[in-house]
Amino acid sequence: MEGINSNKSLAEVENGIIEDFSMYEEWLDKYEYLIDLGKNLEPYPESARTEDRLIKGCQSRVWLDSKFEDGKLYFAADSDAIITKGIISLLISVYSGRTPQEILSSDFSFIDKIGLKENLSPTRSNGLVSMISTIKALALEKSNV
Amino acid sequence: MNVNELRNFFPALETEIFGKKLVYFDNAASSQRYIRAVKRQEDLSLHCNANIHRAVHKLSADATEEYESTRNAVKDFLNASSREEIVFTSGTTNSINLVAFSFGETFIHEGDEIVVSEAEHHSDIVPWQMLCSRKNAVLKVIKVDDNGILDIDSLTSALSERTRIVAVTHISNVLGLVNPVREIISICHSKGIPVLIDGAQGIVHQRVDVQELDCDFYAFSGHKIYASTGTGVLYGKKKWLEAMIPYMGGGEMIDHVSFSGTTYAPLPGKFEAGTQNFNSIPTLKDSIELFKLLQDNELKLYCDKVSSFMYDALTSDSRIKLYGVPCGTVSKIPLYSITVKGVHHEDLALLLDKMGIATRSGQMCAEPLMDRFGVTGMLRISLAPYNTMEEAQYFIKCLDKAIAMLS
Ligand SMILES: Cc1ncc(COP(=O)(O)O)c(C=O)c1O
Repeated sequence: MEGINSNKSLAEVENGIIEDFSMYEEWLDKYEYLIDLGKNLEPYPESARTEDRLIKGCQSRVWLDSKFEDGKLYFAADSDAIITKGIISLLISVYSGRTPQEILSSDFSFIDKIGLKENLSPTRSNGLVSMISTIKALALEKSNV
Repeated sequence: MNVNELRNFFPALETEIFGKKLVYFDNAASSQRYIRAVKRQEDLSLHCNANIHRAVHKLSADATEEYESTRNAVKDFLNASSREEIVFTSGTTNSINLVAFSFGETFIHEGDEIVVSEAEHHSDIVPWQMLCSRKNAVLKVIKVDDNGILDIDSLTSALSERTRIVAVTHISNVLGLVNPVREIISICHSKGIPVLIDGAQGIVHQRVDVQELDCDFYAFSGHKIYASTGTGVLYGKKKWLEAMIPYMGGGEMIDHVSFSGTTYAPLPGKFEAGTQNFNSIPTLKDSIELFKLLQDNELKLYCDKVSSFMYDALTSDSRIKLYGVPCGTVSKIPLYSITVKGVHHEDLALLLDKMGIATRSGQMCAEPLMDRFGVTGMLRISLAPYNTMEEAQYFIKCLDKAIAMLS
């Protein structure tokens, strides 16, 4: 569970992702890139693959583990679907290793800007939507301590 | 008629998705709309819009005529013995809930048993579960084998002295196999047990004659047979509908209302409380007309060719597992639910979507069946007569590409 980009600001990482995605004109290329990210996602600790960490969606399942250390939130996550894993990898690169205040300052709109909004629409009821609400809720909870 | 002539009746098929020509392979969820149904609905909304049955004015009389002539058309289409046996609903779910409530409240008591199959859509499971919990009744389940074929022995052993009704699907929306409903009905009737058939998929692909089938109830939706959304039918034998208490109370379903007691309208009004969907129900007439067009020999031969191509392509690929394998007398509609080794159904559906192909992924409202096969979901490809060989070939190519990207 690392903060992968902790030397950059959260907004810088978000902008970097938006830029990466702007290189792909074809939808399939975007997804190819996401699949790649999914395949290279840091392995999720088997000990954390528990029922209480499982976010059950309609289609894909998502496991989310978090810890709060030295004022920062760290996340690890996994999914049984590879495209979902790719999006998880993006979310972790942006939000893991951040302070609750930093996380709360983000409006998560970069997902929309790279054209993946449909994957995160609440009506899709997939694990990703719940993953984001969990990240937000944790940030809010920790910002109050 | 050839397939291109047929496609002209479905303008939605010309839609572009992500810059690609739409390939609509999610017909089992909802078909595209038949242009004449769309036009009729528009015409009724614009030029013949008045509440039915109530007023004496001309517009209301015309709207009533459109609505009631649809009942005659559906009666003839299903070969029901009388128009009283045709109840309009908002869809299959509504039709089944009506029976589960009205039949249930009239005939089900503590300890009674209701039988469904494990291949049912949630809408033919949950209403019965709700009934069972109201009445302390018991829900029993008929099994399917590894090919998805309904196990008739397990039906026979599920039936008991306490069985009050059996509810099974004509064709499962996951397996696409045509269940031997005639045989099921005669087994149940030999023990005096009525049978409800969930015809949501059956009506799309089979000629349904309710007298020949001898089913007690048959439920289906208009939106799967090219008519408007929010339209549906419940066929019920008169003897049951007459004996059953109403489902909903309200306007139109009554004979006399007073605070000392209310009497109900005769059939079918007793089950049609409140303002009905009078702008949309008449589009069922267009479905029926289309159904006749679809009997065209050239079209049927073409459909068979496309179906065999799909079936052969999907079953000859060792990476793919197909659920619902036809055998013996059990035939299959062009509906293919698959899983691919090591690949998630959602990933496949997302990539296919980007190639312009609409499919369905997930549990398909049949979680018990997913559990039966030990999967979290499947990818479903369901065709309609307007789908072409070129689309089928393009799909197989794209599926191959998607699998390669994901492996
Ligand atoms: C077999 C089956 N039963 C019931 C339904 C429910 O139909 P509706 O949602 O139109 O009420 C469907 C449609 O999804 C179905 O395929």
